[in-house]
Amino acid sequence: MKYVRYRGIKVTNFETTIMEPHIQMEERLWDYIDGLSSPDEKSAVETLIARNIEWLRKYKELLNIHQTMQEAELDAPSLRFSKNVMEEIARLQVAPATKTYINKNIIRSIGAFFLTLIAGFLVYCLGQFKWSGSGSSSSVLPRYDLDLDAKMRTFNWSRIFSSAYTSVFVLVLVILGLVMLDMYLQRKKQQSAT
Amino acid sequence: MSQPGLTDIELISKILQGDKALFAQVVERYQNYVFTLVLRFTDNREDAEEISQDIFVKAYRSLADFRGEAKFSTWLYTIVRTSCITFLRKKKLDITSIDNERTFLQLENQESGFKANVIEQKSRHAMVNEAIRLLSPDDAQLITLFYKGEQSLEEIGRVMGLEPNTVKVKLHRARHRLKEKMEKYFSHEIREIQGN
Repeated sequence: MKYVRYRGIKVTNFETTIMEPHIQMEERLWDYIDGLSSPDEKSAVETLIARNIEWLRKYKELLNIHQTMQEAELDAPSLRFSKNVMEEIARLQVAPATKTYINKNIIRSIGAFFLTLIAGFLVYCLGQFKWSGSGSSSSVLPRYDLDLDAKMRTFNWSRIFSSAYTSVFVLVLVILGLVMLDMYLQRKKQQSAT
Repeated sequence: MSQPGLTDIELISKILQGDKALFAQVVERYQNYVFTLVLRFTDNREDAEEISQDIFVKAYRSLADFRGEAKFSTWLYTIVRTSCITFLRKKKLDITSIDNERTFLQLENQESGFKANVIEQKSRHAMVNEAIRLLSPDDAQLITLFYKGEQSLEEIGRVMGLEPNTVKVKLHRARHRLKEKMEKYFSHEIREIQGN
């Protein structure tokens, strides 16, 4: 059985004849005119144009539109347009290519910095949940104490800043900050050398 | 000095080496293309000229970013599109989508004016250009890119952020709508063309 492509789907010739025949005919003809048809489809359309008067009439109509659009002229700006542009750019310089001043390592470092920051806050927030449910409750969801205001007032901040997790987190942030500073200074040095 | 035989890539390479005057050739080569595309968005010649000028200035400033991976016209079109959208946002005109009814309303309201105008300009080219102007900006852009920008479906898809197959379907629809407009408003001219 012979297959053709219909809207990106492989279908038989019989199936295409029962699917919106008018639109299908136009689409097949446009593909043929644009040179997008496969060799099989091309010969099938050529046969249809040669044998079917309706296909021939539609083909001529679409070909006419196609040729008219190909021949259509573009609108032209005023005669001074080119001079105006050249006068405008006379006092400008081509900007350096984006890739020369956007360093991927710097972007990665910034990304890592923020990811660490977010991860640190997540770890801290998760640490605030009371994971053990009450004895009578069958809920699997963590119970969160909403009395934040009172908690904050009585909160022991020194306990947070003396914990090992916080120290590691701050250390990672400091290292990342130093790496970024180093990159920035190296770049400055290179720029001043050139 | 004029060097008409140079390709776009060669021209740009020389401009980047410091031959600023050669940019005039780039402008000459693409001014009609850019101006027509901008006219598809604004439909006002003065605005279109101002935006087109701004587009070439932007293109010159960021010429070092053109890596030659795509056609220069494709790269230029990305500047055209962003510049037009920025301009129209500033003017608070609605151009966001081909499905936007307000856009169609604005265009439909202009139709009677166009029709009167075209009675005087019976040329085939004028008729096609007027019919294209009656389309939504997206349809008009697509047809202009395909026929006048000589862009492939893949290239159009790349700049418009669409799959080539989607571009093909949209192009079919745009041409269908163009045909309807031509039949509705220029049936006499079409009969004359078909008679020739």
